[in-house]
Amino acid sequence: MTKIEMTVNGRAASGDVEGRTLLSSFLRDELKLTGTHVGCDTSQCGACVVHVDGEAVKACTMLAVEAAGSEVTTVEGMANADGSLSVIQQAFQDHHGLQCGFCTPGMVMSAAALLKENPKPSEAEVRDYLEGNICRCTGYHNIVKAIMAASGQDVAPVAAE
Amino acid sequence: MYNFDVETPGTVADAVAAMGRDEAQALGGGQTLIPTLKQRLASPSVLVSLSGVAEMKGVCTGDDGQLCIGGATTHATVAREATQYPALAAMASHIGDPAVRNRGTIGGSLANNDPSACYPAGVLGSGATVVTNTREIAADDYFQGMFDTALDEGEIITEVRFPIPEAANYQKFVQPASRFALVGVFVAKFADGVRVAVTGASEDGVFRWSEAEAALSSDFSAGALDGLSLSGDGMISDLHGTGAYRAHLVAVMTKRAVDAVA
Repeated sequence: MTKIEMTVNGRAASGDVEGRTLLSSFLRDELKLTGTHVGCDTSQCGACVVHVDGEAVKACTMLAVEAAGSEVTTVEGMANADGSLSVIQQAFQDHHGLQCGFCTPGMVMSAAALLKENPKPSEAEVRDYLEGNICRCTGYHNIVKAIMAASGQDVAPVAAE
Repeated sequence: MYNFDVETPGTVADAVAAMGRDEAQALGGGQTLIPTLKQRLASPSVLVSLSGVAEMKGVCTGDDGQLCIGGATTHATVAREATQYPALAAMASHIGDPAVRNRGTIGGSLANNDPSACYPAGVLGSGATVVTNTREIAADDYFQGMFDTALDEGEIITEVRFPIPEAANYQKFVQPASRFALVGVFVAKFADGVRVAVTGASEDGVFRWSEAEAALSSDFSAGALDGLSLSGDGMISDLHGTGAYRAHLVAVMTKRAVDAVA
């Protein structure tokens, strides 16, 4: 076992992990931050996306020891300081960007990463960026709408009503 | 996954030393290796994580004008920073998905040499040089068949050096489930000739299409490829496409690549 320390959602976190412990397992099983979902566990579906030092990564495909010393943000760290939903989260609610909600944590984290590097993406850019996030309920249209809305853009022209 | 130790060296020297441990395996970004370990298709005793080796990260221009990319540089960084070689940056920007590109590395991709990966085409098509902790390997000598390379046990890719072509383009026909190339063709035009490298198609991994290179070297236009075709023999044949289909796609993708820059 190796003792690791990192900052998760602004707070110091630590634990003893095996070499094979995935970041997703550390967050969920050790820190009890179960908002990060594990869907496929094969780095396809993106339900486990978190930010490590500001970059979106699939937490099921990164070893916990490799995140030692990093700043990690999970969906639990996305709400505003007063506990209200962030702009992106609120947009998902307003535009019905989820049905079962399983993919939503990864969608929100990917959306946040996209809007950080591209604050006003086109619809095509949103869809392209979500290549690694799979949703089996919504058909993506309302997710795309939510992200367009969160970027302050008009959602009316979004294709495929 | 079976359990293993993880070494997190901060320098190439420490990484090389760690690779000397019994049953050690280098870990790049892990975007292929970690899923492989989950399937128990590999069982190393020690993983040597290269993502903390600062001297192996980044993009720069060498004294000879070549583009130098550290072996532990992520696809996202290459896509963002390899501005002096736009075709290569564009290729890197379409590997996997954004989260995969934030972890996956050029050295990891080349060491694995997946027959459908993009980087082997970019490296072979550019005539790049693979630099390791012990030597420099020309791209033409590096790729030795599906998942096989010239790397020795414990050898680490520290850098890849690319000559900058006059024009280049990569065309990928995406296999939609895996996002790997069903067929990918990298075309690079240099002063002394054209190189054409094909990934995703051959059972022997990435290869140069020499007939297309000869035709394009005398006439760099898509029309110069008219009548040229490859045999489906020796091409990968699976539920996504037959060997003959892949052979046909190679010619189509090569023409598209030339059309994009000619």
